[in-house]
Amino acid sequence: MKTLTVNIVTPDGPVYDSEVDMVIANTASGEIGILPGHIPMVAPLVVGAVKLKKDGKSEYVAVTGGFVEVRPEKVTILTQSAEVASSIDLARAKAAVKRAEERLQMKQDAVDFERANLSLKRAMNRINVHEGNI
Amino acid sequence: MASLRDVKNKITSTKKTSQITKAMQMVSSSKLRRAETNAKAFGPYMDKIQEVVAAIATGTTDSGHPMLTSRPVKRTAYLVITADRGLAGAYNSNIIRAVSNAITERHSSKDEYVILAIGRMGRDFFVKRGSNVIGEVIGLPDQPTFSNIKEIARKAVGMFTDGTYDELYMYYNHFVSAISNEVTEKKVLPLTDIASELATTNASYEFEPSAEAILEVLLPQYAESLIFGALLDGKASEHSARMTAMKNATDNAADMISGLTLVYNRARQAAITQEITEIVGGASALE
Repeated sequence: MKTLTVNIVTPDGPVYDSEVDMVIANTASGEIGILPGHIPMVAPLVVGAVKLKKDGKSEYVAVTGGFVEVRPEKVTILTQSAEVASSIDLARAKAAVKRAEERLQMKQDAVDFERANLSLKRAMNRINVHEGNI
Repeated sequence: MASLRDVKNKITSTKKTSQITKAMQMVSSSKLRRAETNAKAFGPYMDKIQEVVAAIATGTTDSGHPMLTSRPVKRTAYLVITADRGLAGAYNSNIIRAVSNAITERHSSKDEYVILAIGRMGRDFFVKRGSNVIGEVIGLPDQPTFSNIKEIARKAVGMFTDGTYDELYMYYNHFVSAISNEVTEKKVLPLTDIASELATTNASYEFEPSAEAILEVLLPQYAESLIFGALLDGKASEHSARMTAMKNATDNAADMISGLTLVYNRARQAAITQEITEIVGGASALE
């Protein structure tokens, strides 16, 4: 069976590089599944998990936005930060959730509110990916 | 002539200083190695993002995205990347000089430009001069990660979008080799020369949902990574500049020590000769 090469790249270096059978990602216009032989495509991603199916098993990577570039036998995900489920620091993510929630409690201007909301989303995403409930 | 003890003291203190500079040189050279590794890790990301941006920019002509179109310049922003500390030779002063020359050349009043500073040296200089410093990041670690500068990069791009300024230039030291670096001026925004600057790829993409929606995500990310790339480059130059400066200091200290040792030995010899002459003189006076 044909496979796809998946690269997940962040400014701090590559995070994931492997052959998989299928990639499932959350794009701005909805969830997409990418199989080998997909037409070349570019799509923006939302904060969420990327699911990588390989030999009947699934791996999850938490990404914070960015975009996915698809070629027939290669998928590249460019994002500002990405973490493989096993390397997520749960304590840090939980602390981030708490901090963001505290900031949301305080009445602030729209920009700060938006920022806290985003960081809450990112932290929740990391926790979800770590615990595997997606 | 300096007394023996003075010269001796000077030699000891110079030796101690040279030990410190030697240690700093070695620290910087190991930091430089790590900075180069970081810059290498960033390479693939930048290459890829450029490739996609070029593919979209060549695929869609005249997208009219605000970040791609230049508008009349009412105010210019300068992003100045310096170090937090000195002792790096001309590293900081070169950048600061380049920026202030550019400012005096292009602007007649303080309202025409704003400064975004990364690094304490640049921040302090422009604050002291009374320039309008609207953003700053100081105390970055020696091996910065993207999250360290995410805030200022987002702010820099955001303020261009909301019209606080109409142009963004970035000044940093480009790392040429371990012994040389050069001050570089780069226009970050608007991204007018993006298509011409990048090699065109023949891959034609489907855009999901549309090319405009992707540019919306991609261009800020691209601009932010340009800034991060410059920071990594600047950090590598900083470590190499500090390494060279400290190497020079160590070499100069060695020269000084050998000169002072000569003076010391001469003075010691003179003292001995004088003592002998005195003894001989005293003995002959007794005869």
